[in-house]
Amino acid sequence: MRPYDYTRATDPRAAVQAARVPASAHVTAPVQYLGGGTNLIDLMKLDVMRPTAVVDIKGVGGEAYRQVRQTPDGLRIGAMVTMAELADHPLIRRDYPVLSDGLWMAASGQLRNMARLGGNVLQRTRCPYFRDVTYAQCNKREPGSGCAAQDGHNRIHAVLGGSKQCIATYAGDWGHTLVALDATVEVLGSSGPRSLRFADLHRLPGDTPHIETTLAPGELITGFLVPGGPWPRSRYVKVRDRESYAFANASAAVAIRMRGDVAEDIRIALGGMTTKPWRATRAEALLRGRPITEAALRAAADTEFADARSYEYNAFKVPLGKATLVRGVLETMAMKG
Amino acid sequence: MTDDPLEVTRRGLLSGGAVAASAATMMQAVPAEAQADAAAQDRPQLQDITLEVNGEQRRLAVDTRTSLADLLRDRLGMRGTKVGCDMGQCGACTVHVDGTRKLSCLLPAVSVAGHRVTTIEGLAGADGLHPMQQAFIDNDAFQCGYCTPGQIMSAVACVAEGHARDDGEIREYMSGNLCRCAAYPNIVAAINQARRRMEKA
Repeated sequence: MRPYDYTRATDPRAAVQAARVPASAHVTAPVQYLGGGTNLIDLMKLDVMRPTAVVDIKGVGGEAYRQVRQTPDGLRIGAMVTMAELADHPLIRRDYPVLSDGLWMAASGQLRNMARLGGNVLQRTRCPYFRDVTYAQCNKREPGSGCAAQDGHNRIHAVLGGSKQCIATYAGDWGHTLVALDATVEVLGSSGPRSLRFADLHRLPGDTPHIETTLAPGELITGFLVPGGPWPRSRYVKVRDRESYAFANASAAVAIRMRGDVAEDIRIALGGMTTKPWRATRAEALLRGRPITEAALRAAADTEFADARSYEYNAFKVPLGKATLVRGVLETMAMKG
Repeated sequence: MTDDPLEVTRRGLLSGGAVAASAATMMQAVPAEAQADAAAQDRPQLQDITLEVNGEQRRLAVDTRTSLADLLRDRLGMRGTKVGCDMGQCGACTVHVDGTRKLSCLLPAVSVAGHRVTTIEGLAGADGLHPMQQAFIDNDAFQCGYCTPGQIMSAVACVAEGHARDDGEIREYMSGNLCRCAAYPNIVAAINQARRRMEKA
């Protein structure tokens, strides 16, 4: 690992000032925030991330940054809440089960005790060509170098949202649950606070896969707002090679409000095979306001995956992804709510 | 107490003498006033930290890159904590920080300054082994034993978190501790035994 300066911040404005350094992208900035460190320290050991300074923000911002509370605008979740804290929160388990599922089904008990939600949504891909610097080709790591995954071992890669430059899967789980619930992200930058739709936080890779988010270098995620709850009938379904402590091959975050057998409102997001948190808007449009049958779900899944593009080793993700969407909705409908 | 950062243990003399000597050279080469711009010059950053390990205050100067796992093993001579993958994937390095189980290989030691660390060496009480340690022995819950300190530290916290209520929950919430020997059924049995004793206590 390369040497780096370490400082602790308690005042969020001071943290932002310390991290306000010119850079081409948030994730490659020379000053990085350290929360749980579960996806920064490993990437620094691998020499993928090379900050010259780290600002420890675990103690930043006081109680508002570590609280979970209902407000007139919706459910507010502080960015310094740990994955374990939110997963086990009684209010979340009762009223927003999908937000709990997307956390306890991810990582391990130790990692969930360390990782903060603000950093969780920014976790980086597990693409082996990204994480191993001995591979020369990775447009995400070295812009313009090429993509070794396209003709390489691409079993874990994305079938939705990829480009010629990058097919790396967004590795997170919780982000899909936030995009399903139309969450917004609260951010503090050098010119003050702002908020944006969670759906607009991550970028499709396109021609610039090294610019992963719409955050400016040094911007600090301070919290999340989930409007329009509660969503007691909501669920996260995760399909993986191993039943626990594994990344998704396919996943679905689903929230439904039923009136009789009609889906008055339905939210679906897909993971494990997408390049960013993926709202299944095409499938939702075919299902909203209609009776939900298995046949209707299969047709909606076909439509959602119409533009899917698979590679040598990940073609299984198209039928698996469709089946996961169908299963996710059926299991959510079977819940009370 | 103040720990001499250059203290050489008996084992260090046998195996790490050269490392200790080169570390001493580096420390002498970086006076505190030169640290501000040292990162830009690709030189180690040292910070004085104090942390509590198994009830004792320890004060020492550490490189910002030193993990808590390496600090425990190489600087404090507590080699019960194991380093398996050193990437936060195997759980062998699990310790408690302020009573919560965490991976010491992913924690910069400087980030633990001011906090309370408990390792496998600090688990047993004056009256003998912790119920979890005894349960691992009673249930033959290990073979090679390398993952065992991490398994035990994780298991104690798992019970305290309330996530060890049945076999399925134990398996889910202990999945971050890998066992190459696959002693998993015996580990589950040990945690069940220890949970019953811990709940009574």
